[in-house]
Order: sequence, then C-alpha cells, then structure tokens
Amino acid sequence: MKKSRDDYLTLFFISIIGIYIFIALAFPMYAILSKSFENKDGAFIGFENYQSYFENSSLVYSIYNSLFISIVTMVITISLAFVFAYALTKSRMAGKGMFRSIAMIPILVPSLLSGISLIYLFGKQGIFRELLMGYEIYGPIGIIIAEVFYTFPHALLIIVTALSIGDARLYEAAKVLRSKSIRTFFTVTLPSAKYGVISAAFVVFTLVITDFGIPKVIGGNYNVLAVDVYKQVIGQQNFEMGAVVSMVLVFPALIAFAVDRIVQRKQVAILTSRSVVHEPNESKTFDRVMFGYCSVISVLILTILGMCLYASLVTFWPYNLTLSLKNYQFDLMDGGGWDSYYNSIRMASYTAFFGTIVVFAGAYFVEKSRGLKTGRSILHLLSMMPMAIPGLVLGLAYIFFFNHPDNPLNFLYGTMAILVICTITHFYTVSHLTGLTSLKQIDNEFEHVSSSLKQPFYKTFFRVTVPISLPAIFEIGIYFFVNAMTTVSAVVFLYSSKTTLASVAVLNMDDAGDIAPAAAMGMMIFYTNAAVRIVYVIITKKILVRFQNWRTKTS
Amino acid sequence: MEKYLSVKKVNKHFGKFQALKDVNFDVKEGEFVCILGPSGCGKTTLLRVIAGLESQSEGEINQNNKNISQLPPDQRDFGIVFQSYALFPNLTVKNNISFGLKTRKQNRDAIDKRVDELLNLVGLSDHINKYSAQLSGGEQQRVALARALAPSPGLLLLDEPLSALDAKVRQHLRLEIKNLQRKLGVTTIMVTHDQEEALTMADRIILMNKGVIEQEGSPQDIYSKPTTAFSANFIGTTNLFKVKKISSNSIEIHGSILECDDDIKDDVSTVTIRPEDIKISDSENNQNIFTGTVKELEFLGSNIRGHIEVNFKSQTDIVICNFASEYIQYNNIQKDTQVNISLQPHAIKIVKD
Ligand SMILES: Nc1ncnc2c1ncn2[C@@H]1O[C@H](COP(=O)(O)OP(=O)(O)O)[C@@H](O)[C@H]1O
Ligand SMILES: [Mg+2]
Repeated sequence: MKKSRDDYLTLFFISIIGIYIFIALAFPMYAILSKSFENKDGAFIGFENYQSYFENSSLVYSIYNSLFISIVTMVITISLAFVFAYALTKSRMAGKGMFRSIAMIPILVPSLLSGISLIYLFGKQGIFRELLMGYEIYGPIGIIIAEVFYTFPHALLIIVTALSIGDARLYEAAKVLRSKSIRTFFTVTLPSAKYGVISAAFVVFTLVITDFGIPKVIGGNYNVLAVDVYKQVIGQQNFEMGAVVSMVLVFPALIAFAVDRIVQRKQVAILTSRSVVHEPNESKTFDRVMFGYCSVISVLILTILGMCLYASLVTFWPYNLTLSLKNYQFDLMDGGGWDSYYNSIRMASYTAFFGTIVVFAGAYFVEKSRGLKTGRSILHLLSMMPMAIPGLVLGLAYIFFFNHPDNPLNFLYGTMAILVICTITHFYTVSHLTGLTSLKQIDNEFEHVSSSLKQPFYKTFFRVTVPISLPAIFEIGIYFFVNAMTTVSAVVFLYSSKTTLASVAVLNMDDAGDIAPAAAMGMMIFYTNAAVRIVYVIITKKILVRFQNWRTKTS
Repeated sequence: MEKYLSVKKVNKHFGKFQALKDVNFDVKEGEFVCILGPSGCGKTTLLRVIAGLESQSEGEINQNNKNISQLPPDQRDFGIVFQSYALFPNLTVKNNISFGLKTRKQNRDAIDKRVDELLNLVGLSDHINKYSAQLSGGEQQRVALARALAPSPGLLLLDEPLSALDAKVRQHLRLEIKNLQRKLGVTTIMVTHDQEEALTMADRIILMNKGVIEQEGSPQDIYSKPTTAFSANFIGTTNLFKVKKISSNSIEIHGSILECDDDIKDDVSTVTIRPEDIKISDSENNQNIFTGTVKELEFLGSNIRGHIEVNFKSQTDIVICNFASEYIQYNNIQKDTQVNISLQPHAIKIVKD
C-alpha cells in the first residue's frame, strides 16, 4: 500500500527512538563486549583475558560467592514476601494499607543504606552486636540481611499481583466442594500464584547478583562479581578485566531475564477477563496470626530505616549521643557536599521528564502504529533488553563507548546528559511495560477512526491517548525519579567532579569512613523520595480525578 | 444509478489461511448494501479491506471511478462505525463529532452549526456536553454514526453497528439508520450476521460464507429465490431434500414422485421448500400430497411451527411447516395428530449445494 504522511512520520519517530536505543544500549554493549577481547593497547587477543580470569582463583571464587548470596537471599525473600503478600490479599486483618506502605520503604532508599544501618546495629560498636553470637556482620550474613531488605518490596509487588488474580470462581468451587483450607491452598492458591512466585524469584536473584552497593559497604573481604567489576575498574584501572567480569555477570542475569519473560507470558494467559476478584472470608485467628507476622516484618523494616535516621542525627556515635544536624553538613566532607544532593534532584527530574517522553512515545509506536511490523518488533525487543543488563555493566559500557576519542558523542562524557541517558536506559524496560500495559487497554480502533476522519495520528495521540493514559504516564515518571535518586551502580563510573550525585556520595563517604554523614545523605534521598511519592498520591487522588471526570457515569 | 464502488477479484490471505476468496461486487450510488454471513466468514475483513485498514493480497477496489486499492485509509473517502463504537472517552459528544471537522479550515461557527445539525439528525441535541460513559448504548451508537457522517463522506461503512445493543433498541435503531441513510442518500455498506437486520434494512444483500460470496440480490430475491443450499438455510428456516431427476419437471424424494415448476437439469440435486409454503390439505389423492404425523409444535407468537414426520414411499422424513395459530386451534391439531400436507410445485426450488 502507498505510504501516507502518517506512515512517514511514524517511520521517522520509530527510527529516532530506535537510533536512541542503539546509541544508549546496543553500541555501548558492543563496545564492552569487544573490550573484553582486547589487550591494553586495544589489539584483539581472543579469549586471553577470559583465560587469565579463570586462572585467577580469587576472582573465580566470586562467582560461587555471588551465586551463594543470590540464591540464599532469593529463598529468604520469597518466603517472607509470600506470607506477607498472602496476608495482604487473603486475610481481613486491619492495617493493610499501612503494612503495604511500610513494605515499600526499601524502594525509596539506595540499597547500600541498609548496609550502613546494619553496621550501626551489628557492627563493632553496634547496639545488638551480641545477637550475632560472635559472628561478623561484615561478610555473607550482613550482605544477605541487607539484600533481603532491599529486594523485599520488589518480590512483594509481583506476588501480590499474582495472588490477587487468583480467580474467585475457583475459590467458590473449592468451598462448595467442602475443600479444607489447607487443601484449597495447595490446589487453588499455589498453582495460580506459581508463575508470580517464579518470576519474583528470578527478579530477586537478578537484583542481588547485580547489586554492588551492599557488598561494597558490608561485604568485608567477601568478594562478589559486582564488586570485582568495580574494583578492577576503579581500584586497578584494569578496564579489560572489568569488561570480562562484566560479561560473566551478564550471563546469569540474561538467563534469569529469559526465564522471567517466559514465565510472565504464562501468567498473563491465566488472567482471563472473566476472572472475578476473590473476597477473602473472615477467620479471626488467621487474621490475628497474619497481623502479628506483618507487624514483625514492618518493625524490622522500620528498625533498619530508623537506625539510619537515628545515626544520622547523633552527634558522634557512640560517644556523644546528643542529637544534632552536624552530619548533614555535607559541605564539610568529601563526596561533593550538598551539590551532590542538588545534582541528584536535577538528574532525577531530567530522567523523569525525558525518560517518560521517550518511553511512552516508544510504547505508543510499538503498540498503536499501523504497518511497519518489523520496525515495531525490533523497537520492542530493544526496549526489553535493558532489564537484562546490570547497571554496573551498563555504566562501564558507557565509558568504553562514549569516552572513546573517535566517538563524535565524546563531548557527552562527564556531563549531566550522560548520567540522564544512562539512567533512562537502565530503567527503560519496566517503564516500557507499564506504558504498554496501559496502551493495550485502549481501543485499537481509535487510530482507525482518526484516519477515516483524515486526522493525523499525533492529533489523536495528544487529544485522546495521552489524556487517557495520564495515570500510567505519572507512574512512569515517578518510577524514573525514585530510581534515579537511589541508583548507584549505573552512574558510579560516569559522574564527574561537577556532577557528583547523592547516592554516589553515600558510597564515597562510607568508603572514607564518614559513615554517619553517609547515613544522613541516604536519609536525604529517603525524605525526597517519600515526599515525591506523597505528592504523587495527592496528585493522582485530587487533580487527576478532576481532569478525568469523563470516567464517571454521572455528569 | 451510477456504479459507485466496485470490488474486483479481491483475495486476502492471513498466512496460510485465506479469509477472502475471489470477492467481486459493485455498489451503486446511494445504495444500502448489507454484507451478511455467519461469524468468521470474512465480513469484517472485507470491510477493512475496503477501508484500507487491511491490505488485500490480490484484487482491485474502485471508488468513484478511481482505483483506491493502494491508498492508505486517510486518503480514502469513507466514514466508519465500529462494533465497539470507539468513541473517545475523554471528549464530549460535541468534541467527538467535531473531531473530523477541525482541519477543514472551517471557522468555529461553521463547525458548531454542523455539529448541531448532526445532533438534530440523530436526535441527541440534549446530550451535547456529555461524555460517552454517561450515554446509553443506543445513544453512543448514534454519536458514533454522527461522528462518521460529520465530514460528509461518500461512503459509510458500518461493522455490526447494532450487535452490542438489546433487542428493543436494536429494532428501533434499524429503522432510524435506514431512514437517515435514505434521507442523506449516502452510499452505505453494513456488515452483519443477523439475517433479520439485513432483510429489513438492505436494498441489496451480499451473502457470504467462508470467504466466498454465495449470493447477492434484493432481500426478497435472497429469501424467495435462494440459489444455494447455504442461502436457503441461512436466511429463514427451510426444508432441504436430496432429490433425483425423473423428468424436466418431476423429481423423486425418498421414492415418492413430485411435480415441480423449476426446470430440472441435473440427475441429482438439492431442493428447498420454505415452511410457510407448505399447506395442510383436505384431499389426499393429489400427487404432491403426503400423510404425516405431528411430532412437535413450536409456539412462535402469531405462528406455530410444526415438525411433521411425513411418510414418503421408501422412508419417513421430518418436514417443517408454519401454520397460523388459529388454524391449529380450529382444527384441533396436537402432537400425534395425522395431517395431510401439500408440497406445491411452485414451492419446490432447486439450489446448488
Ligand atoms: N489479523 C488476522 N490474522 C489472522 N487471521 C485473521 C485476522 N483477522 C481475521 N482473521 C481470520 O479471518 C476470518 C474472518 O474474520 P472476520 O473477517 O473478522 O470474520 P467476521 O467479521 O465475518 O466474523 C476468521 O477466521 C479470522 O480468524
Ligand atoms: Mg466481524
């Protein structure tokens, strides 16, 4: 068929987004891959780097450590989160909203903050160090506790979704058949939540194996892959070996990603449109037990956060416990001072703004444009890739690609722009999926009606699609903002003296021994994210409702 | 009247599956054509090919003497109403209807006037500032219609426009759409799987089955002169028999010989006899009269449908016929009553398999 103006415009925009993703993802990944096959002078040397990697037993040992930490964390987090999610969806206990909010706290802080908190709780001068009965918090124990804290909300969200789609009709059938609760649990609840649990497990595994903030802060001499990448690059300036370890790190992440995608697809198939939401029935004992359980978990989460808050306010731990704001005088420490904090706010705002535009437009073209099937599939595939790339690897890849003297984009190196580009790319996939899900709910015939009315597609996009999708657009924006505030891994290789960031400052101050200021900066990130979330809730509750009165039945 | 649209030898493949097979038909200017067929037969696909929303694998489409086969939808001249209506939920009735008017460089007053005119036309003037969530199904349908008609398209395409509505509203809207179409004289193609809808609304029906056009013609022709067994069976209720040729105007059904008016050509063929063409007879000794037993009586309101086990020479077979309710009461016909039925020569029609 002949191409119309709309088709050309669509092609143009798809190409722009496609080129953007190529520059921000495909080319850097190619750069890091080829770097792992080169020597210091840039000559191709085949698998030599890999060979020397696998001959270095201390480096190889990190693989075992990483797998060990990831698997143990996965088992603990999934067990804890499953019961918590079960309580939220299948009981009638009081305080569900509060428990849910508390459980989401770890998302709002940089992962390494929990490590810092554990040092105050169980470290050499920790409040509860006796509880460890002589074991060290520095090492696998500390890493695992902190990682559980960090991954808990991610697992919880996925499992809650999986449990809430359990079809009420199945529960009713089970009840009519006088099935015992235990049996109902094993024949109805567990199978329908199965894919959610598997998916959550892989997400947790990936988060842990790619996280480097926590093991860096509390790992002691316990080496893991992610820290090795960091040490090779920052400590030893051995970029080639950094590239090799990165590739080793990408491997399990890629597998976990692939399994998760397959499982997710099955999960969607269970969720038929005719499913009915299940209303749990009342059981006082069960509700009390669940309430108790959620209270314990919530207290643990609040303890970790509260410890940081306290530590940030104490004048000189543990000798002078009077409260003061001395630790918040960041300008007196290394790490970039208050500028880091303002840089982070700027970076997060840019990321939210530009990220939302790019992601939503990308999702729109993938889902709604006519023709160009191949182009759209490629765009979708590219959009899914960032999820499989650990942030640290992405950051390192950016060094290789953007810092290359022959790259015309070299001028981006060391600027705010590269931090924003990297962060958008790092968190692209989840946002892309949020956009797609929301767009899929919009009637596909809208575009057809408009073209029959001779209207350009962008008119429909701005007048209909965007207003209808506002809730999802805000959700994408807030997701970008919060993650840009907390991320360390993707940006730790890319900041310059002019673009220091709050999350990186936490890392660097901790490294320099300024643990209390590190905790204080971590808390600044928490306050900011919490405030942004609260504003977001108010916006969605008040303002969006006003702009969306067309959703209501009465005029 | 002028030929306005012609579809020539259109084929459509989805991978290995062929959804449209050698589809040919013309639509005259101002005509109301219904594409009728069971669900999955390719009606929507055909409509979307005409609109350019789907590209044909082979074939040609001409509109107003212009080959439009390769044009994208926004360069074709049509308005469309989808089964889902696809009203923009965040725009008011007014803004939905004026959506297609804005680029035409009309000034505000002209647009407002046009919107008022259309709202009057579909009888929704009171709802101008409402959103679609605040309208009933029938009202939404009419807004969709007004929106499609707003730019005065040369061709109106309707895909099952009434199927989401309940029976009463549907009947009312059938008449309304038909009247509107007549008043505006816009050439219209409507897709439906509801034979009653097609029979009451269409100037001409194009009957489809499995991607092929089975028959086309006026509602009367399609009903009373079905050319294929599928047409006869799909439109209304009918009796179908396999018959053998005896002479050019007599046939054999289950060993019994019948006269018929149609000209018999093939040795073996299929005939259709409409239930309402079958009469109960008092006499017995005519060639086309058979004895039978009432097996079942179905109450259809003013009519009663009888399932009668008829004794043909070599075997019995069930024949369906319609009676007026009074007739049944008057003659005290019940289950197991013996009756004589008359299969009159003019009622017997040869159809293709
Ligand atoms: N995009 C498509 N891809 C593959 N098969 C399709 C597609 N659209 C329609 N079909 C198939 O073509 C046939 C006709 O579909 P359709 O035109 O929608 O039927 P109708 O409108 O008569 O119910 C169906 O068997 C349907 O499954
Ligand atoms: Mg259809």
